[in-house]
Amino acid sequence: MSETLLEVRDLSVEFRSSRGITRAVQNVSWSVAPGETLAILGESGSGKSVSANAVMGLIDSPPGHITSGTAMYGGRDLLQLSGAQRRGINGKSISMIFQDPLAHLNPVYPVGWQIEETLRIHGVSSGEARKRALELLEQVKLPNARQRLGDYPHQFSGGQRQRIMIAMAVALRPDLLIADEPTTALDVTVQARILDLLKELQRESGMGMVLITHDLGVVAQVADRVVVMKDGQVVEGGAVGDVFRRPAHPYTRKLLSAVPGQEPFRHVEQKPEVLVEAKGLVKEYLLASNPFKVGATPTTRALDDVSFKLHAGETLGIVGESGSGKTTLARTLLRLTQPTAGEIAYKGTNVFSLRGRALREFRRKLQVVFQDPTASLNPRMSIHEIVSEPWAIHAGVLPRAEWRAGVEDLLVQVGLKPEHADRYPHQFSGGQRQRIAIARALALQPEIILCDEAVSALDVSVQAQVIALLKELQKKHGLAYIFIAHDLPLVRDFADRVLVMCKGKLVEEGTTEEIFARPKDPYTVELINASPHPDPERLDRHEIA
Amino acid sequence: MNSAVLPGEAARRRPRPTKWAMLALLRRDKFALAAAVFLVVVVLAALVGPPLLGGIGIDMDLMARNAPPFEPDRGFWHILGSDALGRPILARIIIAARPTLLIAAAAVLLSMVVGVLLGLIAGYKGGIVGDVIMRLTDIVMSFPSLLLALVVLYIFGPAITNVIIVLAITRVPVYLRTTRAEVLEIRSRMFVVAAEVTGASVFRTVSRHILPMVVPTIATLMTIEFAFVMLAEASLSFLGLGVQAPDFTWGVMVAEGRSYLATAWWLSFWPGVFIALVTMSLNLLSNWLRIATDPVQRWRLEREVASDE
Amino acid sequence: MTYYLTKRTLWSAVSLFGLVVFVFFMARLTGSPVDLYLPIDAPESLREDFERIHGFDLPLWQQFVDFLGGLLTFDFGQSLRQGVPALELVLRAMPTTLLLALYSIGLALIVAIVTGALAAWRPNSIFDRIATLLSLLGASLPNFWVAIVGVLIFAVTLRWVPTSGTGSVAQWILPVFVLAIRPAGLLVQVARSSMISALSSAYVKTAQAKGAAPARIIFIHALRNAMLPVITVAGDQAAGIINGAVIVETIFGFPGVGKLLIDSIMFRDFAVVQAGVMVTAVAIFILNFTIDIVYAVLDPRTRGH
Repeated sequence: MSETLLEVRDLSVEFRSSRGITRAVQNVSWSVAPGETLAILGESGSGKSVSANAVMGLIDSPPGHITSGTAMYGGRDLLQLSGAQRRGINGKSISMIFQDPLAHLNPVYPVGWQIEETLRIHGVSSGEARKRALELLEQVKLPNARQRLGDYPHQFSGGQRQRIMIAMAVALRPDLLIADEPTTALDVTVQARILDLLKELQRESGMGMVLITHDLGVVAQVADRVVVMKDGQVVEGGAVGDVFRRPAHPYTRKLLSAVPGQEPFRHVEQKPEVLVEAKGLVKEYLLASNPFKVGATPTTRALDDVSFKLHAGETLGIVGESGSGKTTLARTLLRLTQPTAGEIAYKGTNVFSLRGRALREFRRKLQVVFQDPTASLNPRMSIHEIVSEPWAIHAGVLPRAEWRAGVEDLLVQVGLKPEHADRYPHQFSGGQRQRIAIARALALQPEIILCDEAVSALDVSVQAQVIALLKELQKKHGLAYIFIAHDLPLVRDFADRVLVMCKGKLVEEGTTEEIFARPKDPYTVELINASPHPDPERLDRHEIA
Repeated sequence: MNSAVLPGEAARRRPRPTKWAMLALLRRDKFALAAAVFLVVVVLAALVGPPLLGGIGIDMDLMARNAPPFEPDRGFWHILGSDALGRPILARIIIAARPTLLIAAAAVLLSMVVGVLLGLIAGYKGGIVGDVIMRLTDIVMSFPSLLLALVVLYIFGPAITNVIIVLAITRVPVYLRTTRAEVLEIRSRMFVVAAEVTGASVFRTVSRHILPMVVPTIATLMTIEFAFVMLAEASLSFLGLGVQAPDFTWGVMVAEGRSYLATAWWLSFWPGVFIALVTMSLNLLSNWLRIATDPVQRWRLEREVASDE
Repeated sequence: MTYYLTKRTLWSAVSLFGLVVFVFFMARLTGSPVDLYLPIDAPESLREDFERIHGFDLPLWQQFVDFLGGLLTFDFGQSLRQGVPALELVLRAMPTTLLLALYSIGLALIVAIVTGALAAWRPNSIFDRIATLLSLLGASLPNFWVAIVGVLIFAVTLRWVPTSGTGSVAQWILPVFVLAIRPAGLLVQVARSSMISALSSAYVKTAQAKGAAPARIIFIHALRNAMLPVITVAGDQAAGIINGAVIVETIFGFPGVGKLLIDSIMFRDFAVVQAGVMVTAVAIFILNFTIDIVYAVLDPRTRGH
């Protein structure tokens, strides 16, 4: 890797607004060679995407200003190009794919047209472009490519859309592909296939690749070299193996130690008392259909004969990809939707027959923490009002005079300060907001807390802190958790027992150790293998297998 | 809440961002500020104008019949000219401001209350009741409101209360649909689900969580609607089915002046200018309100206020 | 999509029926039209004859059943005033109103899209500020006042166009412009904001990354997406345009449905009012239906599978 394809040096970008100047990146340098994959790793707010956007000329000015630096490519500084010169390079020599392919594809044009457009912009004739578009879709392994050229972006799945984006990006065999969080919104099994595809295309064409990601597992799996970014600066860089094995910077060490899935399996200590028992849960949804047609209305099963037990004080992990039915299961457990068949018993009584006082008691004992802490806190209420609301709903739990002290006590328990009670949700970070949501869930001294993807939206380092808090609270209050997640390593660290769901069915159930060390169902095996692991050595083993 | 119980609580800084931040934003938007000032002046004139004017604007002055505007020696009140009976136009505009604004305000309030209430029911409860409400709205919406108002007013007679009721009925669907759409969206937000799961009653969920989120949208809508209703009343009055003599509004004044168009254009012109100015001010203000109540924009403002943390 | 349109047609039929029933009963509540049509000192026998001939002596439900029967055969009864079938009168007046509405909305759309796109290209530029202010002004002007002032300036003072009538092209200019001002003002604002959001969307970023030139980004990528909200709002304006047409037709002496309806209301010519309400509602439905189809052509997401 002697020659360099693109070298970014001393790049600084700032965004100027009426409120002042935000320095998005400062003196950032990195380079990438042909055939090499460079990962730019960082958490939210680290400025990891900014330098790539600068290279592509995608920074809107105003408010963005490039204040220093060069980006040398083929003897030219990309930051000094005119609009026309820039358009000659973009899409042809350097191309880019993005995180959310649905938003990044134009919704009103067929996908075939959008691929052809890239070719036609750079001088390929229409007829040739049409032929190439089909070849490209076949190359990215889109099923039935020929029939689907005329389809629109909304008619594809998330993984397929990313394949279409990739086809567009590699259409003119670029020297360099920049991939900005290309697999973040995708299921792990789909992510694995997309990453494989990118590697394969790279092997065939010898292009360089810059992969921007927050996921250490993805870095370990596909990158050759990595630069770690924090607060707009590069804190560390080098070969992936070196950085991951011997991190030099404290931040890198912190990131690596925060990655879930490294701890020993939890010691299972099952108490005999069964809190919740689900028996044969079925939930059917009517598919939109033409009511003028005669015949049975088609239905889809979001839950298909799901049964399980939750014991007092345990953590029950429920894992599954999108469409597995885990969200429907959560809604059913919370009594937000009625199952088509089956029942959920809370301490022996069917929760759907609960009324009045008994229902209130059930509501009190089962609390919930949702995925998006921003959405789950009312933005117009102060933290005091949010955390004390359960007491307002359940009169008699705590006299009004003690609310203030009660809220402060809860805030301290979740690692916040008493004076935070007077603030509003938007004054907190994502992790802090999730702590507030946990404080609210604790207010009624519940027996069970349902965590619906409760840490999925958080950065890895924050994730680890929140999980530690949940564990601590479990020890202190003897809580049982139902922990619904798509992230397997997280579940591996936190759960005592695990349910694996796929297409509405429960495919496997067992202790965490049984599921992770000796998975039986082929789907579980695929899920575990697809989940990227930040240990480069583990990865080698996986690739050979 | 119970600040007296806890010492030191009062000393703590409580962020009160929205009101001050919104005023700061108003100061920054010159047009909106001018609009707000103009509206305040018009409302004040409508409130205190008629008693102060005494007989000016009502008493005839045959010497000043159809006197053209901008002839200062006739006196201040004749600055915009005089009508066919010699009454100064400016004074008559001030007298007409009160019924004009009152009719619009009453119709806006009435349609807002009914529309928001039905919208809450249709959005939160849904089901058959919701369907029936939506179908009735469709019927009202599927026909030009002015024609509907004309038909109804002719049947029931053009009294002021009837004008208000008819205008209100034709505008109910706007609030209803907006409220319903907002409620449907807010209902699915996680903090509402969190309250429901904790066992909050319907009343609590709606009053504490849903309604406060709908208020800014409705406030913005009401300013636009005020303008719309004013124009609609003016149109009805213009066609002779709105306000009847001896009461008169700006719309009536435009209609009355129409027969003198070729000889005394100012009779119709000035009241129309006032209708346009008030409408324009309301539109400017609602534009500003929409920005000031937009979460993203306000967010930025509140962060500025709270940045001393 | 076909399912959606079928459903929509069915519901519109229900709405139409509700509207007609409403107007029928409202109209009958005012008392007998006999008072309006016969002299006050008309002998009682003449009144009774008049009532019998036009069916006003029958019980209300009987009148309603007869009316429904008539609806099925498109028979709304005779016009009291002119003695011809009511529907014929309305259908004769309809094309004028529809043309007036169509020209106006077309003019408003063109103005809105051009101005909106230009204003959105450089938000907060001088052009943008002036366009925004003018569009607000346009949306605020009472159209009867604009019509009067327009007549005063262009017909009375400058004598560029005639004051009323429909004979020549010149006679259409002022009414169409007057009618287009308010919707144009509203639509410019919609077009501007939807164009701004389209230009800042993710797919525009993709187009830039492909190396697309600015013209291609504006006219091919952003404009088609930005049209969608504009068309929706234009559809909502259809009923508003008819409102305006009533006034404009009255002022300019246009023989359209608006003027016919007002005259009929004044003379309690029920049959014509009924027919006019029905036909106007159908016309608005057809307008909305057309807009749905245009929308579906522009936005593949609404087409379904």
